[in-house]
Amino acid sequence: MPRDNNDTRVFKVVGTRPPRPDGIDKVTGRAMYGADVTAPGMLSAQILRSPHAHARIVAIDTAAAAALPGVKAIVTAADFMAQDDAGLDDILVNCMARDVVLYDGHAVAAVAATTPAIARAALKLIDVTYEALPHVTDVDAAMRPDAPVVQAGRANESVPAGMSPNVTHHCEFGHGDVDAGFAAADVIVERSFTTAATHQGYIEPHACLATFTGEDKADLWCCTQGQYNVRTVCAALMGMEASQLRVTASEIGGGFGGKTTVFIEPVALALSRKAGRPVKIVMSRDEVFRATGPTVSSSIDVRIGMTRDGRITAGEAVLRYSGGAFPCGTVDMGAQSAFAAYDMPAVRTLGWNALTNRPKEAAYRAPGAPMAIYAVESVVDELCQTLALDPLDVRLKNAARKGTLSSYGPTFDDIGLVATLEAAKAHPHYHAPLGPGQGRGLSAGFWFNFGGNTCVSLNINTDGTVGVTEGNPDIGGSRAAISQMAAEELGLPYEKIRTIVADTASLGHNDVTDGSRVTFAVGLATIKAAQDAVAKMCARAAAIWGIDPDAVEWVDGAAQPCGPNAGKFPPMSLAEIAAVSFQTGGPIAGHHEFNADGAGVSFGVHLVDVEVDRETGATKVLRYTVFQDAGKAVHPSYVEGQMQGGAVQGIGWALNEEYIYGEDGRLQNPGFLDYRIPVASDLPNIDTVILEIPNPGHPYGVRGVGETPIVPPLAALSNAVSRAIGLRLNRLPMSPPRILAALSGS
Amino acid sequence: MVAVVIWGSLRRFTDGKGRVEVEARTFKELLDRLSQDYPGLAPQITRGVSLAVDGLIYREAWFTAINPESEVVLMPYMTGG
Repeated sequence: MPRDNNDTRVFKVVGTRPPRPDGIDKVTGRAMYGADVTAPGMLSAQILRSPHAHARIVAIDTAAAAALPGVKAIVTAADFMAQDDAGLDDILVNCMARDVVLYDGHAVAAVAATTPAIARAALKLIDVTYEALPHVTDVDAAMRPDAPVVQAGRANESVPAGMSPNVTHHCEFGHGDVDAGFAAADVIVERSFTTAATHQGYIEPHACLATFTGEDKADLWCCTQGQYNVRTVCAALMGMEASQLRVTASEIGGGFGGKTTVFIEPVALALSRKAGRPVKIVMSRDEVFRATGPTVSSSIDVRIGMTRDGRITAGEAVLRYSGGAFPCGTVDMGAQSAFAAYDMPAVRTLGWNALTNRPKEAAYRAPGAPMAIYAVESVVDELCQTLALDPLDVRLKNAARKGTLSSYGPTFDDIGLVATLEAAKAHPHYHAPLGPGQGRGLSAGFWFNFGGNTCVSLNINTDGTVGVTEGNPDIGGSRAAISQMAAEELGLPYEKIRTIVADTASLGHNDVTDGSRVTFAVGLATIKAAQDAVAKMCARAAAIWGIDPDAVEWVDGAAQPCGPNAGKFPPMSLAEIAAVSFQTGGPIAGHHEFNADGAGVSFGVHLVDVEVDRETGATKVLRYTVFQDAGKAVHPSYVEGQMQGGAVQGIGWALNEEYIYGEDGRLQNPGFLDYRIPVASDLPNIDTVILEIPNPGHPYGVRGVGETPIVPPLAALSNAVSRAIGLRLNRLPMSPPRILAALSGS
Repeated sequence: MVAVVIWGSLRRFTDGKGRVEVEARTFKELLDRLSQDYPGLAPQITRGVSLAVDGLIYREAWFTAINPESEVVLMPYMTGG
């Protein structure tokens, strides 16, 4: 997709900060979230979950539960068909255990009843006989040859012979002579790191309502990042045709990648089909933690060589990720992105995925990258300390730029890392004095971004207003940004546009809201749909004037004659053309569908000051600034929000958040009291610096921004804490007990 | 002929070569020829791959034209959150 004139174009709507269209509904409680949908005759469902980390299901006796008055349906794995596709079957087994429970919280049965209380009571009457099996929850332990086997026979062809059966995937990337690179180094630092699994921490639990209106026709309302993906998966699992399952996405109270798959939707559908009534499931927070996707947990070794003047000569990383009890390819992304910020003569990354008795991993903003870059950026920082070099200067000296052969294969074209680093270096934050016990850390970060399948319709209403229909749930303010781009292209005020998110029966397929794709790809489709509508409106005006359509141009929201022989006619506004559309050929609409490419990679740099309380081990974040190459910021407030939100989630990941498992393999902290995410009172204002370096792959220069901001905080915080206390911690989170232990030398 | 860079862990299926040459004018032709010439790559290609052409990453676009002089890099299928 060639660039427009986005270096010089003067925007009228794009780049402004109109009020968000969903804001008032959300703060007044009018917005309809997943749990807000109801239906006549609706049943409530509850799910029985495994108390074991790993156990064989010997028998399930549901007779007593079924006999309880008010119980209308019970399902177990026996009510679902195994899938030929391994990925689909994994999703199904994760929704309902088949023969074996693979983690604490794994679903084994579900009950639909007339009230939630009856459904809960019925769960207690289901008798499950388990045979406990050995379990493993640590990735390094899982890779040992004698580790308990989570699932056998799941390794793909990439795994060499002789590995633990838990190892399912292997990857390797890089270029150059690594041994020669290390031989050229003056200093080599090699360290090992671990990061805990963390949850996306969305405020809204998963919720859905399913209703069959016939044997093979159903409607499903749910909170999801992608209703089309829900339809594809659920139709397959239910043995339905996609056209007979309509999925409507509710407002969404956060997703961050965790709502890109299904957990309860097939269960609700199966119960509804069996009961012949609508069935609603709303997860508790306990269930969200125990049974929905956290990130991978990781164990990473990094080795980097550097010359005395700060030139990196070679880098190597071995990444061991666990995506829980099912095969997972997230390590691919980590291994590719680990060294992406650097121009290196020699680099090699090896990645392994191992099964553990933990919940199935779900995506979380830039999946796989934060932990890999944490490890690399920590070692780079230690090298800077060892050689007494300025950490920003070292990063600038080694920064990837146009012409750099990236660590994952392709040669970079225009990228914004150097500009982002220079902005950080020039910022007052970098030069502000620090007090005693305080430390400053920084980290670069990277994410790929992508476009994907997208379909948009744009309808010109007869009163001169416009409706845009798109198919991606609005998580970060996309409806406002889409309306802004439609307004920009049509020459209308923003207030004349309303953008809605369609159900799966109303618009062609749209990929999930992920990959930082929506403002880029849906925005691009909206621009093209608007241009389609403009061409039709110009043709209508030409017909009214009796001139050739090529002799009409669109300027400031109106058609006007152009060229010396077009004649003299007063401009016809969009409203005037729309008002007579029935008389000039019928309704006017624009449409565009495509598979978008050209998203362009993204870099960010985070700068943070912390103070560590040596008595309690608590870390206070004093100041935080995010610098990001964000492309053209369509709605700068939303861009800033993405940058701030990513930073805050990364702060939580670095300082407090972790899945804690007991010796019994059970999750110890499935709730926000014990799994502590940062709250407003923990944080300073997160300052942002948007670098609007246009993306050549978008006519307005738009670039995805949603994922990159969660990549640098882990290392930025670790580097800041290390400098504050004079000790380097190689394990996340850096919770107060761990900092105290480090300070006491234990 | 198009020279395709193969990532490290796939090289055991390309006789150790990090760069292979195939006759292809599009993304689809390239995938078909790779699967045909190096059957060991087929499972990964079936699971999904991305393709970087002159630095631009494509996830699926079969008919993306590839010039013989283009830099072509096979990559895992991109996923995001």
